[in-house]
Amino acid sequence: MTQLALVIDLNVCVGCHACVTSCKQWNTSGPAGFMSDDNPYDKDPNGTFFNRVQSFEIGEFPKTEMVHFPKSCLHCEDPPCVPVCPTGASYKREEDGIVLVDYDKCIGCKYCSWACPYGARELDEHQKVMKKCTLCVDRIYDETLPEAERKPACVLACPTSARLFGDVHDPDSQVSTAIREEGGYALMPEWGTKPANHYLPRRKQHIKIHEDELIRADNPLKKEGVKPRTIIDEPTLDDITSW
Amino acid sequence: MHPAFSVIFLTTLIGAGQGLFLALVTGQSYAAVGLVNVTNPNEFYTYGSIVAILFLIAGLGASFFHLGRPERAWRSAARWRTSWLSREVIVLPIFMSMVFAYGLLHYFNWDPNILGAEQPLQGQLSLFIGIIGAVVCFALFLSTGMIYACMKFLQEWYTPLTVINYTLLGSASGFMLATLHAAIYEPGLTSLYGVWATIITLVALLTRLASLYRNARIKYKSSMQSAIGVRHNNIDQKAMGMMGGSFNTREFFHGASPFWFRSIRWTFLIMTFPVPLAFLWAGLETGIQVFLLLAFISQYLGLIAERWFFFAQANHPQNIYYQAI
Ligand code: SF4
Ligand code: SF4
Repeated sequence: MTQLALVIDLNVCVGCHACVTSCKQWNTSGPAGFMSDDNPYDKDPNGTFFNRVQSFEIGEFPKTEMVHFPKSCLHCEDPPCVPVCPTGASYKREEDGIVLVDYDKCIGCKYCSWACPYGARELDEHQKVMKKCTLCVDRIYDETLPEAERKPACVLACPTSARLFGDVHDPDSQVSTAIREEGGYALMPEWGTKPANHYLPRRKQHIKIHEDELIRADNPLKKEGVKPRTIIDEPTLDDITSW
Repeated sequence: MHPAFSVIFLTTLIGAGQGLFLALVTGQSYAAVGLVNVTNPNEFYTYGSIVAILFLIAGLGASFFHLGRPERAWRSAARWRTSWLSREVIVLPIFMSMVFAYGLLHYFNWDPNILGAEQPLQGQLSLFIGIIGAVVCFALFLSTGMIYACMKFLQEWYTPLTVINYTLLGSASGFMLATLHAAIYEPGLTSLYGVWATIITLVALLTRLASLYRNARIKYKSSMQSAIGVRHNNIDQKAMGMMGGSFNTREFFHGASPFWFRSIRWTFLIMTFPVPLAFLWAGLETGIQVFLLLAFISQYLGLIAERWFFFAQANHPQNIYYQAI
């Protein structure tokens, strides 16, 4: 089984919102209809987005760190939003695990948004149907696009490559390797939703140098310094012996 | 959560309609075994059913205002296998047609004794329909309550008390209404309904207090730490990703001041329980029907406040992500 997902590297994300704007651009121009905005350039701007970047300050001044945190639908493997939908408009695709809303069936009852612990769904104020990230399902399979571009718009837009895309059920994929080797984790694991999207934590590279690695106890010359070089004109052991 | 008036009216109106129907069937069962004597069954049950149906229709009408796309509402019966909302959508019209059939049988006095005429039990067909209707009625209470009680991360709702309170509060208001209805059409039954209304209201007070007690002591499973996966006690949100608000900030926050929030709690506790009981007592003692009307109205208003509080009190885990501008 395939489960497509995003892996977001919080170590790399700089909070530039490029994924937000490219997501909006791609999806508002798509066949599924626009994502409405009210007062976009005015007081109280308001609109539908699939993806938002939030910023958190961790720690206490002066030891603080900013974590920029992009959040969209996590395409849970056990999505609580799907069974509650009374119309069947919300569904999870068998073939690739993408959770989608059929905008032609949705009655806009908002029940699924209540059932998503992550707040990943937004009701479109004008179309009055529930919207959420589609993992660019209209793009990743589009054979008219060059192979390299068959990825979600946010992944392509990210200037720091903080967003990886792939099949988390394939152990050799780039995303699975990243989750396994870089400490990838899921959000709110306490609800058993098994989000497919993962996050890679902030991590620092430390190298540990012990005292005895700087001053070698077994230094034969008993003195730090440049080691004597071999004299190049003299024959080496290999030159004078043979066996 | 943000309390939506469409849902508040839906749940309180159908609750009263369901309770009234239960009261009618209770009355008929008492009469069937000869505990009470209904002198004017035709009018009493027919008009009662009409009032119950009007409440149900009003509730159904209110529910449409909750939908973004009401013209597609028929689709919502599709997922009854998994969705309690779908089940409610199916059970509500079944219940309405049961009430309708029940009223119709009484209106036409068409009540054959299907078990045989020599039975002591009379009026068997309508009693049967009434009892099946009562079962459907409880199924409707269950579906309505489970819509909320099945969501495990809305921890305030995730308890059997949710279903119990919906059932008891709906029944209480229905029996209150039945007391008034009996006072007008069948005075002999007034005190029967009055006593039941009192009992149900008192039991509902206990279970509602139990849920308030429980909810005041909830330990939330999700935290800022589990929400973004950072282990640090000091996490301060600096940006929500938007400045003008969004669906997430509108739908999941009640937006009322702490003072208003607390006042609503006191309002519903007073208006749903002691006030209607006092009016009910006054009405039963003096026989003045206006008191019984006031008892129902005050309890109904109390229930609107109760439902508002029920929604506002629920704390959705997604709110963790929305703490700053
Ligand atoms: S993140 Fe929310 S909307 Fe997306 S699949 Fe999980 S529960 Fe459903
Ligand atoms: S809002 Fe639409 S997708 Fe969500 S539960 Fe209701 S019908 Fe289903």
